[in-house]
Amino acid sequence: MQATHRLDAIFSALADPTRRAILARLASGQASVNELAQPFAMSQPAISKHLKVLERAGLISRGREAQRRPRRLEAKRLAEADKWLERYRQLWEGNYQRLDTLLDELKAKERKPQ
Amino acid sequence: MKNALKITPSGDRDLVMTRDFDAPCKLVYDAHTKPELVKRWLLGPPGWSMPVCEMDVRAGGTYRWVWKKDTDGSTMGMGGVYREVKAPERLVSTEKFDEAWYPGESLNTLVLVENGGRTTLTQTMRYESAAAREAVIKSGMEQGVAASYDRLEAVLASTANVTPR
Repeated sequence: MQATHRLDAIFSALADPTRRAILARLASGQASVNELAQPFAMSQPAISKHLKVLERAGLISRGREAQRRPRRLEAKRLAEADKWLERYRQLWEGNYQRLDTLLDELKAKERKPQ
Repeated sequence: MKNALKITPSGDRDLVMTRDFDAPCKLVYDAHTKPELVKRWLLGPPGWSMPVCEMDVRAGGTYRWVWKKDTDGSTMGMGGVYREVKAPERLVSTEKFDEAWYPGESLNTLVLVENGGRTTLTQTMRYESAAAREAVIKSGMEQGVAASYDRLEAVLASTANVTPR
């Protein structure tokens, strides 16, 4: 998958709270589909659907054990998306905070024309 | 959070930023179109200044911006052409960095909507292609320093406590 499409896939995968909770569970170690389904009031097929979305985004992968096929977190992929957005956001937030200050100054000037 | 900045990839080749400001539309527009105001806030990372800020704000007019890193004097420049100028609510311009690392130029659309003395800013950056946006995103990822695993884990942990029943 192309990097951009992958990034888009990551962002839409992260948009869902159940999927974020699944990732959080996997952050503490790999788990089978059954183990993942347990804390949720959800059927196994419903969980499998969420897992498929996460897998397509490259956020999780499957282990080799034939029976359990445990899922595990691909933390690098997650950090990639996070890092980029955060850096970009910080750059613009810095600009916009300066703009806030400037706008306050302009508003004050408008109130007191010289 | 007060006036939070939102950034989202949209469609194949757009990036969209939105943020509110506690000021009327006209002032936000001025701050984007008057060089003496622009060079006071559009500075990027700490330690950079904006020695060149030339803007001929009318349809077909051009602009030229150069930033300088104060510590080592290195510069970064960019410029483009205004395609649409509609004060105080809409500004469409092209953008190309001198040393562009992505193909083509981007088309930037600034839209300002005032509501009760506050203004919502939406800035859409449309890249020439999905590949161009990919290049922009990739460069950001490569330059990004220490991965924020810790912060991310905290976010994940907090959602995990809420969601399962």
